Amino acid sequence: MDIEFEKQLEALKKQVGKLEKGRKDKMTLVVFSGELDKLMAAMIIATGATAMDMEVRLFFTFWATSALRDPKKSVKGKNFISKMFGCMLPKGAKKVKLSKMHMGGMGKAMLEGLMKKKGVKTLPELFQIAGELGVEINVCEMSMDLMGFKKEELIDYPKMTICGVGTFLSDAEESKIQLFI
Amino acid sequence: MNAEELKGLKANQTVDARGTACPGPLLAAKKAIGDIESGEIMEILSSDEGTKHDIPKWCQKMEHEFLGIVEEDSYSRLFLKKA
Repeated sequence: MDIEFEKQLEALKKQVGKLEKGRKDKMTLVVFSGELDKLMAAMIIATGATAMDMEVRLFFTFWATSALRDPKKSVKGKNFISKMFGCMLPKGAKKVKLSKMHMGGMGKAMLEGLMKKKGVKTLPELFQIAGELGVEINVCEMSMDLMGFKKEELIDYPKMTICGVGTFLSDAEESKIQLFI
Repeated sequence: MNAEELKGLKANQTVDARGTACPGPLLAAKKAIGDIESGEIMEILSSDEGTKHDIPKWCQKMEHEFLGIVEEDSYSRLFLKKA
């Protein structure tokens, strides 16, 4: 009986070992802020993590959802408040502001000049790279609804899903790294 | 390995990531490592200071063997052996 039990235990250990080895590490970020600097930090961490062989999921919520808007797309049938929100919030990753030293766009222009000189990728480029690397973007349905954004006006991104907090929680639960940016 | 030994190494793959900033060199390394076989040598050229810390950590995580760094005038050459 004991020998049988030990055999089973050994087999189980082997199986668990295999599973552990084959399991990819996961990272889930909450991307909440809608400013250029913070979004860049999120996207650099996200793309970098794919190099570390991690599965990356970004949960875009509140102000960050503005950065996912495609300036070339527009949606009809919005009510007055939604239209107003749409006008006042930045339309896409190119339009987001700096959280500090924005100075009416002067600070941002200076930073972008420096970034170009130093070979730092722009935010739209980082989105493109993240898409190519298989980074998943989940967009908070409630934020979209509040701000009057529609799925049809978001950028073309390979893995993008509109979802709720439940998706984030279940992703976060099985992730080794969770950050709120 | 010391600098002399590293200079004598023949890399199977050279990745030129000079002029790109974080996370450029890391992503370039990740992309290029897929093109070589286990046991082969890869060389990464980078002008980004942070890469000198990032690539050894990346090797540790991915189980590649980090061989060392050769400093050139305006960039570094980082060597590793694929796991």
